[in-house]
Amino acid sequence: MVNEQGKNSIKLEYEIIKDDFSRAGEASSNIKKVLRQLGIDSKAIKKVAIATYEAEMNIVIHSEGGKITVFISPDDIEIIAKDNGPGIKNIDKAMEEGFSTASNKVRELGFGAGMGLPNIKRYSDEFHIESNIGEFTMLKIKIYI
Amino acid sequence: MKTIEIMQLLNAECLAGESLLDMEVDHAFGCDLMSDVLAFINEKTLLLTGLTNPQVIRTAEMTDINVVVFVRGKKPVKEVIDLANKNNMILLSTNHILYTACGILYANGLKGIPSRGGA
Repeated sequence: MVNEQGKNSIKLEYEIIKDDFSRAGEASSNIKKVLRQLGIDSKAIKKVAIATYEAEMNIVIHSEGGKITVFISPDDIEIIAKDNGPGIKNIDKAMEEGFSTASNKVRELGFGAGMGLPNIKRYSDEFHIESNIGEFTMLKIKIYI
Repeated sequence: MKTIEIMQLLNAECLAGESLLDMEVDHAFGCDLMSDVLAFINEKTLLLTGLTNPQVIRTAEMTDINVVVFVRGKKPVKEVIDLANKNNMILLSTNHILYTACGILYANGLKGIPSRGGA
C-alpha cells in the first residue's frame, strides 16, 4: 500500500493470472478487507467488492492476464482493471446481459452467463470501457463514497 | 429465521461455522450461477447451490452472504471449507435437491429476495 496520485490517495495493485481459478478472487478479497479497515461505508464497500470481483474473474477467464489497481481517495474509489488482450471485438454486444463467449469449463464454475460487464456497470457510479483487439481491455470504474 | 432452524428443516450437516448457528437470515436465493448471485444481492441472504468450488465462497464473501447450503448431498474439498472458516461463514450440506430444499424453506416462511436487489 503506497501513497500516490496526490496527497490523500492510497494505491493498491494486484497482478491477476490467466486461468488461475484457485486464486481468483483473492485480490478482491484483499481490497474489501483494506476498505473495511479504513472504515469506508459498507454500501460502497459492497459495490467495490462486486465490481472488482467481476473484473478479476473477467481477467482470469477471458484475458492473457492483467492488473487491478485501486485508488482510494476521500471522495471516491477508482478501480482500473487492465488486461493484456485479446481485446473485445464488439463492446456493445459484451455489455448486453446474457451475451458471453465463455467456455463450458467456466460455465461449470458458475460464471460466463454474460452478466459480468453489465453487473460492473450497474454497481459503478462512473464506468468506462476501452478495448483494442490483440492488445488490451481496460475498465475504469468509480464508486463515490 | 435462525440458521440452526434451517439446518434442522433441511436435515443438513454443518461443515463450517458451527459456533455461528444462531445467525439470522432474512431471505434465500437458490442458484448455480454466481453472476446472478452478484446481480441480486441483499442483506442477510442465504445461498442454496449445487456448486462447491472456491468461487462460491468468494461470491458469498463479496455479497456479504454468511450462510451457504450445498444441495444434493454435495460437500466441498477442505480448501473451500477452510476459506469459508476464514471468512466466518456457515456451510451446510443437505441431501435434498435444490428445488425441494428451497420449497421446504419457503413453506416454513423464509422468503425469496426481491426480483432485483440493489446495492
